[in-house]
Amino acid sequence: MDERREFLEKKAQRIRYLTIDCIASLGVGHVGGALSIAEVLAVLYSGAMRVDPKVPKLEGRDRLVLSKGHAGPALYAALANEGYFPLEELHTLNQPGTHLPSHADMRLTTGVDMTAGSLGQGFSCAVGIAAASKLKGDGATIFTLIGDGESEEGTIWEAGMSAAHYRLDNLIAFTDYNKYQIDGTVQEVGGLTGLADKWRAFGWTVLSVDGHDVIDIENAVNFAKKQRNCGKPIMVILDTVKGKGVAYAEQLKAGSHNFTIDSALREQILEELR
Amino acid sequence: MEMRQVLNAGLKQLMAENENIVLLEADLGKANGTWDIRESYPSRVFEAGIAEQHMVSMAAGMASYGLIPFCGTFTPFATRRACDQIAVSVCYARMNVKIIGTDEGIAAEVNGATHMSFEDISVVRAIPNLLIFSPADNEELRQALPELAAYDGPVYLRMQRKVIPDIHTENYKFDLFKVDTVKDGSDVSIFCMGGILPTEVMKAVDILAAEGIDAAFINVHTLKPLDEAGVLASLEKTGCAVTCDNHNILGGLGSAIAELTAKKAPVPVEMIGVQDRFGEVGYMPYLKKTLHMTAEDIAAAARRAVARKAKK
Repeated sequence: MDERREFLEKKAQRIRYLTIDCIASLGVGHVGGALSIAEVLAVLYSGAMRVDPKVPKLEGRDRLVLSKGHAGPALYAALANEGYFPLEELHTLNQPGTHLPSHADMRLTTGVDMTAGSLGQGFSCAVGIAAASKLKGDGATIFTLIGDGESEEGTIWEAGMSAAHYRLDNLIAFTDYNKYQIDGTVQEVGGLTGLADKWRAFGWTVLSVDGHDVIDIENAVNFAKKQRNCGKPIMVILDTVKGKGVAYAEQLKAGSHNFTIDSALREQILEELR
Repeated sequence: MEMRQVLNAGLKQLMAENENIVLLEADLGKANGTWDIRESYPSRVFEAGIAEQHMVSMAAGMASYGLIPFCGTFTPFATRRACDQIAVSVCYARMNVKIIGTDEGIAAEVNGATHMSFEDISVVRAIPNLLIFSPADNEELRQALPELAAYDGPVYLRMQRKVIPDIHTENYKFDLFKVDTVKDGSDVSIFCMGGILPTEVMKAVDILAAEGIDAAFINVHTLKPLDEAGVLASLEKTGCAVTCDNHNILGGLGSAIAELTAKKAPVPVEMIGVQDRFGEVGYMPYLKKTLHMTAEDIAAAARRAVARKAKK
């Protein structure tokens, strides 16, 4: 277990490093909510998802819909780290003609399964994908990652009701519960509380884990996969810290959502993540 | 015949031929005449509930998986309500989703202003990658459905659901990307889209003929992409236009024709349509009269267009 933990923690740290390297190449971007999902991405791209970077469009592969599409740079870091595209491309973030825009885009980036950016929509798309996979009977698992702030969107709950209604037990969702959004805490801004109870009331199986403990996350995914044929979608609430792993970002709290990284700050952060 | 019966039969036929075609509903399957399709294809009809935004993004997810989803509701909910989902999940992501909006414009009748979409075309016309289609009669829809299914891209199908008169003859041959010349003419081109105003246009053509004005009736079933060559060919003969929108005059067919003529061949354009106001409860004859969409209104607009052309 220690070896596995070390492997996954190293990968998460690598994703963090590459995420900052990516965003700092432009000098500004969505840092906080990208750093908070490094561990779950490390787990997903270490065997939890049945995918092959050499065949990114593999039929019947597992899918990931990054509904909180503004965390694109973290996903790009994870994908580049797995070899979906060269690491150097991470330095093209938001440059003219780039394949790596701020928000995840299936038409531009190899390995991205669904376009997202306008919050709430990716989650509905994931429900559609899970229903489509069931219809095709290909046995795929559909993963999706939503934000806690994003959960203020009404369509999250439309989709949540629909997924339970269609008994989509091939759908494993994560909420990045990092407690902050642009204007403050999720409680202050949108009155968002009781997430676990809400999802349970919507008919989902709910797990709450430390979103920065790679083994807890991996165990949750393994448990969730065993729930196949139980007729309920699974929500894993990841208790996370916005800006996790970067002291400067963590202390910004809500301000870590999007901030400027000059060359001095870049060096400071990358040194911290080495 | 009711147009929803044609829709029902067409969808069933398509679903029989192509197992990738699925149908999504938002609690209007019974209103849209598509409810019983789930009895033939229980695993391929999905009820999103009264959740049009979710329905549209859910359809986009399904399309990303190789399915061809049709999703149906009334026009205002298909567009105003789900506009962002159409823009991002469907059109920006270029997902092969067919969105069906029924009760076009005044066809909502006694459902009134809230259900009476006079802005749906404007709302979606500025979204790239979307084909906008509205049939004039049942035969047109019958022939169009397989083409819309075969077209690899997002579609907005705006249609009547109730009884609709026939406009086309038995020999009608539909082409998704070409306007129909229902009647040729040399003095004024009357452009119309959808199923509610063609009968008024036909009457207007007769009224004008009695006055010695030879009006053409051009059916523009596909607003986007617009058959520019077809529109301009008629205008080259007539030199002036009347546009008939069962919709706000802002952003609909009239706008599309005016934009085209302003750019390529300026001619007088008179616009029949809703003069930037909301709808109200009422049945079709009352609404047509109140909103100045009758044959007499169209004939008067044609006279104005012809007079303006003469002054040039």
